[in-house]
Amino acid sequence: MQAKKRYILLLFSCSLLIVYIYSNGFLLKSKFVQNSRREQLPTFATLDELYEAPSRQKRSPQSIVKSCRMETCFDFSKCGDDPKVYVYPTDGPVSATYRKVLSVIRESKYATRDPNEACLFLPAVDTLDADPLSSEHIPDVAQRLSRLPHWKNGRNHLVFNLYAGTWPDYAENALGFDSGEAILARASASETIFRDGFDISLPLFHKEHPERGGAAPAATANPFPAPKKHLLAFKGKRYVHGIGSETRNSLWHLHDGNNLILVTTCRHGKSWKDLRDERCDEDNREYDKFDYEQLLSNSTFCLVARGRRLGSYRFLEALAAGCVPVLLSNGWRLPFDERIDWRRAVIWADERLLLQVPELVRSVPPERILALRQQTQLLWEQYFSSIEKIVFTTVELLFERILAHRSSRQRDALIWNASPGALGTLATYGDSRAHFPVTAIAPVAPPAPSPPPVPLPVPSVPSTAPPPTLGESFTALLYVQATSPALHKLLANIASSEFCEKVVLVWDSERAAPTLKSLPRMAGDDRDPLPVVVIDATTHYPGEGVSARWQPLWAIPTAAVFSLDGDAPLLAEELDFAFQVWQHFPERIVGYPARSHYWDEAKGAWGYSSKWGGAYSMVLPGAALVHRAALALYGAAAPALRLAVRRARNCEDILLNCLVAHYTRRPPLKLAQRRRYKPAHHRHRSSWTDPEHFVQRQSCLNTFAAAWGYMPLMRSILRLDPILFKDPVSTLRKKYRKMELLTS
Amino acid sequence: MATETLLKTNKYSKYISYRKILYHRFFVGLLLFIVVSLVFTVLFNVYAGNSPRTEIYKAVNLDLVSLEVRKIKINSPYSEPRNTNCTYWSCFNVYKCGRGGHDKITIYIYPLKEYRTDDDRLISQLSREFYEILDTIRHSKYYTANPEEACLLVPSIDTLNQNTFSSEHVSQALYSLEHWNNGENHLIFNMLPGTAPNYETVVKLNTSKAIIAGSGFDTWTFRYGFDISLPLYSHIATGIDNTQPKQKNYLIISTQQNIPDDYLAELQNIASSSNDLLLLGKCKAESNRMDHTKRCEYTTGRVFNYPDILKEGLFCLVVRSARLTQSVLMDILASQCIPIIVADTIVLPFNSHVDWHRISLYIPEENIKNLLRIVHSVSKERRGELYWQLRWVYERYFASIKQITLTTLEIINEKVFPLAARMYEEWNMPEHLYGPVNPLFLPVTAPKSPGFTAVILTYDRVESLFILIRKLVKTPSLAKILVVWNNQKKAPPPSSEWPVINKPLKVIRTKENKLSNRFFPYDEIETECQLTIDDDIVMLTPDELEFGFDVWREFPDRIVGFPSRLHVWDNVTASWKYHSEWTNQISMVLTGAAFHHKIWSWYYTYKMPAEIRSWVDEYFNCEDIAMNFLVANITRKPPIKVTPRKKFKCPECTNTEMLSADARHMSQRSGCIDRFARIYGNMALKPVEFRADPLQYRENSGIPQLYPDIGAL
Repeated sequence: MQAKKRYILLLFSCSLLIVYIYSNGFLLKSKFVQNSRREQLPTFATLDELYEAPSRQKRSPQSIVKSCRMETCFDFSKCGDDPKVYVYPTDGPVSATYRKVLSVIRESKYATRDPNEACLFLPAVDTLDADPLSSEHIPDVAQRLSRLPHWKNGRNHLVFNLYAGTWPDYAENALGFDSGEAILARASASETIFRDGFDISLPLFHKEHPERGGAAPAATANPFPAPKKHLLAFKGKRYVHGIGSETRNSLWHLHDGNNLILVTTCRHGKSWKDLRDERCDEDNREYDKFDYEQLLSNSTFCLVARGRRLGSYRFLEALAAGCVPVLLSNGWRLPFDERIDWRRAVIWADERLLLQVPELVRSVPPERILALRQQTQLLWEQYFSSIEKIVFTTVELLFERILAHRSSRQRDALIWNASPGALGTLATYGDSRAHFPVTAIAPVAPPAPSPPPVPLPVPSVPSTAPPPTLGESFTALLYVQATSPALHKLLANIASSEFCEKVVLVWDSERAAPTLKSLPRMAGDDRDPLPVVVIDATTHYPGEGVSARWQPLWAIPTAAVFSLDGDAPLLAEELDFAFQVWQHFPERIVGYPARSHYWDEAKGAWGYSSKWGGAYSMVLPGAALVHRAALALYGAAAPALRLAVRRARNCEDILLNCLVAHYTRRPPLKLAQRRRYKPAHHRHRSSWTDPEHFVQRQSCLNTFAAAWGYMPLMRSILRLDPILFKDPVSTLRKKYRKMELLTS
Repeated sequence: MATETLLKTNKYSKYISYRKILYHRFFVGLLLFIVVSLVFTVLFNVYAGNSPRTEIYKAVNLDLVSLEVRKIKINSPYSEPRNTNCTYWSCFNVYKCGRGGHDKITIYIYPLKEYRTDDDRLISQLSREFYEILDTIRHSKYYTANPEEACLLVPSIDTLNQNTFSSEHVSQALYSLEHWNNGENHLIFNMLPGTAPNYETVVKLNTSKAIIAGSGFDTWTFRYGFDISLPLYSHIATGIDNTQPKQKNYLIISTQQNIPDDYLAELQNIASSSNDLLLLGKCKAESNRMDHTKRCEYTTGRVFNYPDILKEGLFCLVVRSARLTQSVLMDILASQCIPIIVADTIVLPFNSHVDWHRISLYIPEENIKNLLRIVHSVSKERRGELYWQLRWVYERYFASIKQITLTTLEIINEKVFPLAARMYEEWNMPEHLYGPVNPLFLPVTAPKSPGFTAVILTYDRVESLFILIRKLVKTPSLAKILVVWNNQKKAPPPSSEWPVINKPLKVIRTKENKLSNRFFPYDEIETECQLTIDDDIVMLTPDELEFGFDVWREFPDRIVGFPSRLHVWDNVTASWKYHSEWTNQISMVLTGAAFHHKIWSWYYTYKMPAEIRSWVDEYFNCEDIAMNFLVANITRKPPIKVTPRKKFKCPECTNTEMLSADARHMSQRSGCIDRFARIYGNMALKPVEFRADPLQYRENSGIPQLYPDIGAL
């Protein structure tokens, strides 16, 4: 019995196997057939089709009228390497906001007074508000624009607009004038009307938006996970009827009074009671329970729902508060989205899927929230916190297009979307991020195979050498007004420094510049003599004054620049230690002489002090390392700032500190203990002991703070010492021994 | 009383029996109902056995055997012309999406058919590439066989080449599709748009609201945020391997045979005056057939092999011709030659996600005469960045029809589900070149007011723990103390025995005695800063701790702490060694007493290579080294040692007691450094020569000190 069963089982399984193999073989066969058929299919296009050449010599001119593009509507020939903006003189009524826009550009480094050298024109005709019902509306815009002397159908003109259209439909193209070939910088632009790559999308900002300075980011803390009271918040009016009302009208469905706060009111305008619907009373009750500011700061996400127009003030308000915007505004082109990557800072929701919003925000993982929140703060600080920044970003965007057209380069996307941002990075300085003091130093990509040697001379104009990257050496940049024993001592110390590659000596004196080609090394040091370049500031940079000390960037072959006063009593050890430290903080000023600023209540002004207590805010570049790119930024500082320095013949070091702090938002770093960085017995009348000098520096500080609209300097409480500095261990263990012996 | 209760129970029992009957009846009824409905469904299924309903859910048959023939009647209606104003918001129906989960679109493919006209001509020739597109979608994670739950629908009519299909008949065929609905949510693929003489930049087809994934768009025909720009596929490129010559022999190479005459004249001008440009064109072949594998230099007639010659160029030129995109672009990318693109108003492939600035140079057409000046001004750093990126991008997004199709689908998927979107870095920055992204990138000084949370890992040293707690609470910025009780055998002492302090204290009992417990991101840590401290580190003064916290505030993304160590390379054993002597350099700050951001605890627990974490827990060592590696690897920044102090434990403690004095322990730690460096693939730690001291340290200027009590050693 058992055996029979077994045989049957065996037989059965065998037959199964055979069937399986057979069917499989059949399948394989059919698969093979199919594969060969697939191979037999023709390719989609022959090479002849792919390599099709145009039948005519020139491409046919486009017969149909197309919307403007930079290639078709912009005259690049007017723009040189340093493009300028011409602002027309104001005649006629201009709103307060537009007046700020105009004045910001007029006082900027972009401005020119000569329309012939201008590349971009800014009409002084207020086109911000095209809504005839608004009190800010300026009539006759069209006529006044066409009367402009250089208008030419708007070619190379920049026109700002914040509000287009009017009640009831708020049509986007109802500007009240024909913009022609002018570039429109407009708020609330939609994807359909926006001329991609030509127009610029602006954020909508309040009348009270500060002209300069602007509120600092509110959310500097980065707790993880974000312990906010509410998850999602919205507080605003709803329109009950008409365009854009649908989304806000249905928000109450999501309101749960705790996690999701979405409150609306019908109260707006004079006649809201006539239009009210059945929910108005209940909505108003809920609405009054919450405070707008509190909601912004206590909630992780903020709903930015469209109003009558696509954009709303809420967007910037949420950004400023560090509340991640959740967009409910289908089709809106976000501000400056040409270069700003908004995926990093906002969540796109869909008006059509309103009820899914709670689930959407709940499913954002905490580490993404942390990144989103930081990015809101970064972008707010860099591009949006003042009218100046918004306008400058607009201009920089345009100039970058021009640069891309002329020399095929533009800022890296990461420069735009990380600190210090596009406004803190010169577009013309370098074409790789490796040229800038990036905080996180990415490993530089290995070099491409070397280009072949050039046997024939290049026929084109010589191009300027690209800037250096962070390396293993620094350049000493000396500013000398007179020879002294201290100078000779300093030069000898520089020559025995381990990392100095070159000395650039800026000679600013009536006397003839010394001739010096190289510095001899100490006895026993078998390195080649240190090359020296002497630059006579009075002939090279006449009229520049003290700013001349940072002008000769062309002579500096390293990213690290050790800016020194000619009489700074620095030891070789101190030079080398500073450089070792700076390599880890290339975006900051790292050096020895520290100063501090303070708010003088009595005078109601900023004070300047060399007697610090527990904190400092400046490290003077009389003996400090700075990145070469920061010095380039100094060369491109706003005219008002440079004028202040030229007039005072002083304060260039304070300005550099302010600039670096303004762009990086980090304090400088002071090294080691020593306080005194001037030789004790100075034969000449020292300006440092002069009280006049001090007063001047104080007034500089106040001028700078006024020009930026805030005090950019930041304080620090620490100094960096060598690891075993002044430790009670054997000096033989220590690397920096001479620094130990210095007394302050 | 008793009778009353009795009565009540009686009533009650009666009631119960009645309910029983009710229940019984109900269940019998339910059973009957179920049986009857089962029978009905079975019957119905058998009856409607061959209904189309069951067929719908079968995956689309892509066999090329016996295709169904479909005739297009001459007078059948056309679909609407292409809607030029379409946006994602106005033409795409989102309600159809989301049925395949909350981060995945679903795609349906229409059954493959042979469409013929009345006079039996094929209206479109099926090509291998289109077949592969369909096949890729069919086998992708997005595919669905059910058109009702599809978010995207793909007509299986080949529209890749404008020359090989009849646009009128295909428009009719599209209209005849079952779910066409004015093209809503349909995806049309195209590679070669336009025909002579005008060469329109978008496929000539009545696509109404359909999304077009096509190549050759210009900025006028491309509908922003709606269409997808594709690369023009080149089958030559697929044959190019990833090897590279040691030396690039030419700076710029142009191999294109169809450069417009005016531009060619300018290029010839450049080539004749400089050796930097190798200008190749058609060979004057003896036979009439064009040989596409050969290129000849214009002036000398020297013959070169195509595409091999591309690898010898550092830069390669692509100029617009009849059409804006040229297939040679793909050959160039594959050859790892940096493309120089000359085509005004071109919309580059996948431009919404792939940053072409990172892999190409773009020169406006009117600037072609400045070609050399522009190329010469490219710095060597940028050359390197461009060069190393090319092949990576090519292989990820362009290498095959499969890659191209999947990238297209992914872009649509990211549009529909924005939370599924990958960031710029993931799309464009190869991690092997640029490393991971620092989660703390905002340059700020952290606010002082929230303070920090002290996290103390303890086992049973209750006495020293209590001393530590009493000392810690004197630090002004301390917000909370968290004791992580790792002893599984013994319960923590009762609350009455704990020191009475004015700061919140919380004890957490762990489930397992693991070192990694000290880096768990407990919900109880409400501040962004945490002080991780051993229970025997009792010598730190409140001033030192407060100063340490203030230093951390200035460097919130680093480890800031007191005990420091160094790693050194041992030439004898060819391995890394752990060094705890008092040196002039440090590369680690031990978490025996260190401030760091809470996010690093989260990274330690959830993002760190599991291999490291399990090693730490197994050998009960090196958790601090692991933390240093983790932070250094992500931020590429060294830690910061604070104040001169080098001794931390009670001075009277004997060394034999301490774990870290053990010689075996030390060699184990050297092994850790070696192992971690291997796991990360590089030595992330960097030695530095500085420490942070208070500004007034060792000064007696008369001004009161901010942190007076800073210990010496």
